[in-house]
Amino acid sequence: MGKIDEYIPIVGQPTIDDLRLLAERLKGKVIQNINSTSVGGGVAEILNRMIPLLRGFEVDARWDLIKGGEQFFEVTKKFHNALHGVNVEISKKDFDIFLETSRRNMEELDTYGDIVFIHDPQPVVLVDKRKENKWIWRCHVDVSEPDRAVWGFLRGFIDKYDAAVFSAPAFSQKLPIRQFLISPSIDPLSDKNKELSQETIDSVLRKYEIPKDKAIITQISRFDRLKDPLGVLKVYRQVKRYADCRLILAGGGASDDPESAEVLLEVKEAAKGDPDIHVLLLAQNDIEINALQRASTVILQKSLREGFGLTVSEALWKAKPVVASNVGGIPLQIAHKYSGLLCHSIEGASFAVKQLLNSPEYARRLGENGKEHVRNNFLITRHLKEYMLLFLSLYHPEDVVYL
Amino acid sequence: MAETGKEREPFKFHTRMHLSELTGLKASTLGQLLELMKVVNGSCIYHHTHRFLQQHQHLSPEPPNDFAYWVTEVMGDDELGEKLASIDIIQFNTIRSLREKLVEVIESYLAENPTAKIRFAGEGDEFHFVKSVSFILPTKYEAYDLNGFIDILNKITIDSIYYHIFEARLRLEKNTNDFSNWIMNSVGDERMAREISQLDPYTFTLEGLRDKVIGIIKRGMPA
Repeated sequence: MGKIDEYIPIVGQPTIDDLRLLAERLKGKVIQNINSTSVGGGVAEILNRMIPLLRGFEVDARWDLIKGGEQFFEVTKKFHNALHGVNVEISKKDFDIFLETSRRNMEELDTYGDIVFIHDPQPVVLVDKRKENKWIWRCHVDVSEPDRAVWGFLRGFIDKYDAAVFSAPAFSQKLPIRQFLISPSIDPLSDKNKELSQETIDSVLRKYEIPKDKAIITQISRFDRLKDPLGVLKVYRQVKRYADCRLILAGGGASDDPESAEVLLEVKEAAKGDPDIHVLLLAQNDIEINALQRASTVILQKSLREGFGLTVSEALWKAKPVVASNVGGIPLQIAHKYSGLLCHSIEGASFAVKQLLNSPEYARRLGENGKEHVRNNFLITRHLKEYMLLFLSLYHPEDVVYL
Repeated sequence: MAETGKEREPFKFHTRMHLSELTGLKASTLGQLLELMKVVNGSCIYHHTHRFLQQHQHLSPEPPNDFAYWVTEVMGDDELGEKLASIDIIQFNTIRSLREKLVEVIESYLAENPTAKIRFAGEGDEFHFVKSVSFILPTKYEAYDLNGFIDILNKITIDSIYYHIFEARLRLEKNTNDFSNWIMNSVGDERMAREISQLDPYTFTLEGLRDKVIGIIKRGMPA
C-alpha cells in the first residue's frame, strides 16, 4: 500500500481522488518551500509531512533552508514576539543583523521554484530575488495586533509577494496582495497522532516515573513564555485544592528558539518540591508526546498568544477533553461547550478543568465531538487540498475558477 | 415514469473545492456590518451564508449563517440573530437578492431598535469578511441512466453533491439544481425532478442530503 492510500480508511477514497485531480493540474510546476529550521516547531513538522505527500501525488515539491547564526535567531525571536503583540525593544542594530543575514542567504540560496513558498518572517527578504516566478508568504504567526515597527518593516517585503496566507481571519491585515485563510493541520498517521497500544502508553509513563494513581492534566508545548507554562502551574494548584491530580508539562525546543532553555529553568524552579508535577524536556520524541496525550485525563493549552495551536487538534484527535485559551486559531478548533472549553484567565481555566474532572461523561462527549470536528477540518488531507488550490489560484485571479 | 435504459445526455459529475480569501475588512458594530454587507464582493455574502454547510457537515451546532452567529453570540442580540438565522436561503435565486434581504432585515431592525447601533464587539471579536473562491473540476464519473447515477451518487465526495445542489443553483444562477435539471431534461421524469428541486437542502447535513436524493430516485424508479 502506498503512503497516500493509507489515508483512505480515514478520509475515504473520493477525497483522495479529488486530490489527484488537483495534483494533475500542477504537473510541471516546481514548488519550492523555504523556512529556517528542519526540526522543532509546527512549521517544520507540517513540512516534514507535507512534502512527501505532495511528491506522492507527483507534485514536484522541494524544501530548502536559510542559514542564520545565533544573533539572527535572537532577532527573529524578537520579531516573533513583537508580531504577537508583545512589547519588545528592537534596535536599529537588530534590523541590521536581520538584513545582513538575509543578504547572505540571498547570495547563497537559489530560488529556482516556479512557485516559491516562504514560511514565516525569517526568510521574508528573499522576495527581493523574485523574477518571473510566483511568490507566496505563509504567516504562521498571530499578527492580529502586531508591533507596528516590526510589521511596517516586514510590510516592505510582504507587499512584493503575489499572495499571503494566514491561519485565522483575525490575522488578516489590509494588504495590496491577495490573502488566503488556510489553517494548519495534523497528520493522523504520524507518530504523534497514530493509535498506540496501552502497553506503549504505559511504558512511556513508567519511563518518566508517572504513576497512574490520579487524574493527569497535561500541557504539551515548547517552553515558551507565550505558552504560559507558569500560568499552567497556577491552574494546576487551584484545581489541586479540590481534585487530586498530577500535572505534566512537556515539550521540546526548536532550533530557532534561543529562549526556551531559560523558560524551562524558570518552570523547574516554580515546580520544585511537588512530586505530582512532571516537567519533561522531550528530545523530539513524537511517540512519547502521543503517549502522554493519550494518558491524560484533561489537556490544557493555556497560551497567551498562538499562531494556531495545533496541540489542540492533536488532543482532540485523541478524543480528549481540552481546556484552551480563546486566542489565535484555538477558537477555530474549539466551539465552546461543544468540542472543548475555552477560557480567558487562570481562574477560568481552573474552573473548566475542575468541571471536566468532576463530569467524566460531559468530558467524554466534548472529546468525541472534537475528534469529528478535527476529522472534517484539521487533517492534513484538507491542508494538502488547500495548498494545491493556493498554488493554482496564482494563475487564476477570478472567484469561480473552472479547471 | 423514467426509463432506466440509456438516457439522452449523460450526467457529468463535477466537484467543487474552495479557498477562503481574506479581505482585511471587519465590523465592530451592527452599523459597520450593515454598511460593509452592502458593498463587499458577492463572494463574501456567499461565503458567510454557506460556510457552515461544509465545515459542520456532521452536525451543526451553529446557526446557519455567520452573520446570525456573530449577531447572537458576540453582539448578544438574540432577536436580530434569530431574524437573520431564519432567512430562507432556498427562496433566493441570486446572491444579489439574498444580499438585499440580509440588508433589509438589518436595516429595518436598526430603524426600530436604534440603541442596537451602539453595541460594540470587543477587540478580537470583530466580524471578519471572508470571500469564497470556488474551483470547479470535472470528475471521471458519468452516469448514463438512473442506476448508474445512484451508484455514482453513493461514492462521490460531499463536495460534488454540494456543487450540483447548492453552488449550481445560487452562485451560478442556474435556477434549479443540476440533478433535477438532468432528471427533467434527459431522463424525462418531471415528478422525480420536482421532488428533488423542492427539497430545502439547507436543512440537511450533506450526508443526509446524499441519502435523501438517493431515496427519492430509488422510490421513483420502476420496480
